[in-house]
Amino acid sequence: MTVPLLEIEGLAKRYPLKGGRVVRAVDGVDLTLRAGESLGLVGESGCGKSTVARLALRLVPASAGAIRFEGEDIAPLSDAALRPLRRHMQLIFQNPHAALNPRRTVFASVAEPLVVQGAAHGDGRLARVTTLLRQVGLPESFLWRYPHELSGGQKQRVCIARALALEPKLLVLDEPTSALDVSVQAQILEFLQDLRSRFGLTYLFISHNLAVVRQVCDRVAVMYLGRIVEEAPVGAIFTAPRHPYTRALIASVLPPRPSGIPEAPLGGDVPNAAEIPPGCRFAPRCPLRMERCTREDPALTGATHRVACWAATPEEPDHARN
Amino acid sequence: MRADQPLLRVAGLSVRFDTPDGEVRAVDCVDLVVDRGECVGLVGESGSGKSQLALALTGLLAANGRATGSVRLEGRELLGLPERELRAVRGRRIATVFQDPMTALAPHLTIGTQLVETIRAHATVDRATARTQARDWLERVRVPDAATRLRQYPHELSGGLRQRAMIAIALAAGPDLLVADEPTTALDVTIQAQVLRLIADLVQARGLTLMLISHDLGVIGALCRRIVVMYAGTVVEDAVATTLFDRPCHPYTRGLLAAVPDLARPDHRAQPIPGHIPNLLAPPSGCRFHPRCPLAVDRCAQEKPALREVEGRRVACHRAEEALA
Repeated sequence: MTVPLLEIEGLAKRYPLKGGRVVRAVDGVDLTLRAGESLGLVGESGCGKSTVARLALRLVPASAGAIRFEGEDIAPLSDAALRPLRRHMQLIFQNPHAALNPRRTVFASVAEPLVVQGAAHGDGRLARVTTLLRQVGLPESFLWRYPHELSGGQKQRVCIARALALEPKLLVLDEPTSALDVSVQAQILEFLQDLRSRFGLTYLFISHNLAVVRQVCDRVAVMYLGRIVEEAPVGAIFTAPRHPYTRALIASVLPPRPSGIPEAPLGGDVPNAAEIPPGCRFAPRCPLRMERCTREDPALTGATHRVACWAATPEEPDHARN
Repeated sequence: MRADQPLLRVAGLSVRFDTPDGEVRAVDCVDLVVDRGECVGLVGESGSGKSQLALALTGLLAANGRATGSVRLEGRELLGLPERELRAVRGRRIATVFQDPMTALAPHLTIGTQLVETIRAHATVDRATARTQARDWLERVRVPDAATRLRQYPHELSGGLRQRAMIAIALAAGPDLLVADEPTTALDVTIQAQVLRLIADLVQARGLTLMLISHDLGVIGALCRRIVVMYAGTVVEDAVATTLFDRPCHPYTRGLLAAVPDLARPDHRAQPIPGHIPNLLAPPSGCRFHPRCPLAVDRCAQEKPALREVEGRRVACHRAEEALA
C-alpha cells in the first residue's frame, strides 16, 4: 500500500490557563488522508476542527503527536527544514474578505507565494499569475484590481489562485464557503470539485455544513470536544451513522423545504474544553448513556467505519456499502 | 381597531443610504401585509434588503439612512413618528431579536438587571415583583438554573443561553409582533433546533405574530407558513411555503432553491446562479435580477415588474407565466 499523503497520530493541542487548568482543544486525534481524496472534518464550534487544520499545517505547534506528510514526520522539524515542504500544503480561509490585503492588487496577492519561495521571476511571474487566474475562472483584467472591487466569490477565487501558485498537493479548506451567499457558494463548490479532479489535489475540507460536505467529500470525520468520534465513507456516515452525536447532528439539519422543527435531539450545551467530562466526553448529553460511559473513554475503533462509542451498533461488513 | 385590519401594512417602503460613493437604495418600494398571528419568513441573500426593511419598521436605521413610504401598525403610521413615540412602539408593540445577542445585550449589566429594566419600562410594578417576573421569563425561555443566570453578565453565558435571554427580554414587554433577524445564524445546529423550537412554542402560546428573517431556507421552512423572497431590495415573490417550495415561480426563487445543497438529496448537485449580487449604488435597470436571469428578454431590462397575482402567489416577473409553464 502506498504511503498516505497525510497521516496524523495522537495529535494534541493543550492551552494552559491561569490556575493550573488546561484547555484540551485537540485531544488525541488520528486521521489519514490518501492522495487524491477529499476528507470532510465536521463538528460544531469549539470542537477543535480548525485547530486540527492549523496543527496539520504546522501553523501552530502541536503539544503531542505525529504529523507525517508523505511519510516524513513534520512535527519536530525546524521552521527552516519545514520551508521547502510548505509549498505542498496550503490553507484556504473562511473569510476571503479578511484573507486578502486590501492595499494589494490581485496580481501582488497571487504572486506573493512565488516571491516568497523564489519561484518564477519577471515576465514569467506575470504569465504564471495570469494562468492561475484563468484556472480559477477569472479574466486577465482582474490582475490590477483591488479586493474592494471584487465580490465575495471572486475574492475566494483569488485566494484559491494564490494557494495554487506553488502547485500544492494538499489544500486545507477551512469553511471555504461559509461567508458566501448560497448562490455563490454553489459556484465555488462546483469549482472546487472540478479543480480537485483537474489537478489531482487532496482536500481536508472543514465545515459545519453537512449538506456541503456530503456534496464534496469522499470520507467524513466527525469531531466532538477535541476528539474524532466517528469516521466513515460519506455514504455510510449519512445513511447509517453509528455514533449518537453524528445522528443528532444529522437530525438537526433543517432541509430546504417546509419541515417543522426537529425535536431538539440534544439537550444542553457543548461542555468547556477545559472541563472535559470523564469517561466518554459525549456522555452528559448522550441519549444512549450507560453506566460504563461515565467511567471509560471509548477509543475510535473499526475498519472502514470507525466509531468511538460503547453503545454503537456493530460495524457492517465492508462490502455492504461503498 | 378594525377586525379586518392587518397587524402590519408596509406600502411603497424605500430605504436609502447616503454614502460617500453615492446613494444606495437598500429597499426599493416594498409592499407587504402581515396579518395577526401569521408566521412570515423573509428570505434573501446579502444585500437583499431584508434586515434594513426590519430596522425601518421601528425607526432603527443607521444615521445616514432614510425611509420613505408607509409602515402602518394596526392602521397607525409609524414612519415619521417622533423618537419618544417610537420608543413606546419598540418593545411593547414590535420587539426585535438580532443575530448576535452579544451586541444587542448590554455587556456591563446582568441579565437580571436588563430584564427588570425592560419589565419596569413597560409596566408599573415594583422592583421585587419585576425580579420575580424576570425569573419567570428566564424559565419560560428554558434557561436552566434561572436564579443564578439572573445574576450573570452576558459574557458568562453560552451563545444559546444568551439568545434565550435576548428572547426573554424581547418578549417581556408583551409585544404583538416579534421580528427575529437571523436569530439562530450564530448558533450551532443542535442549539439552533432548541432555539427554533422555543420561538415556535412561544409564538403559539402567546398568540404572537412572527416575522422571521433569514438567508437560510431551512430555518424559514421550519417555522413559516408564508415566505417572502427578496432580491436586491425588492420583493420578488410572496407565497405560501408549500407553494413556494413545490412550485417556485420567480426565476430567482427557483435559482435559490436549486443552489442549496440538500442533505436528503445527495444526487442533487447544488446549481449556482451565474453572475453575482448587484451593487446597489448602481442597480440594474428594469428587473434587478435580469442580468442573471435565464428567462430575461428586452422588456426585463427596461421595465420594473410589479408584484402581481399569478396562480395563487404574488410575483414580480414579466415572465411568470413562462416560468411556471
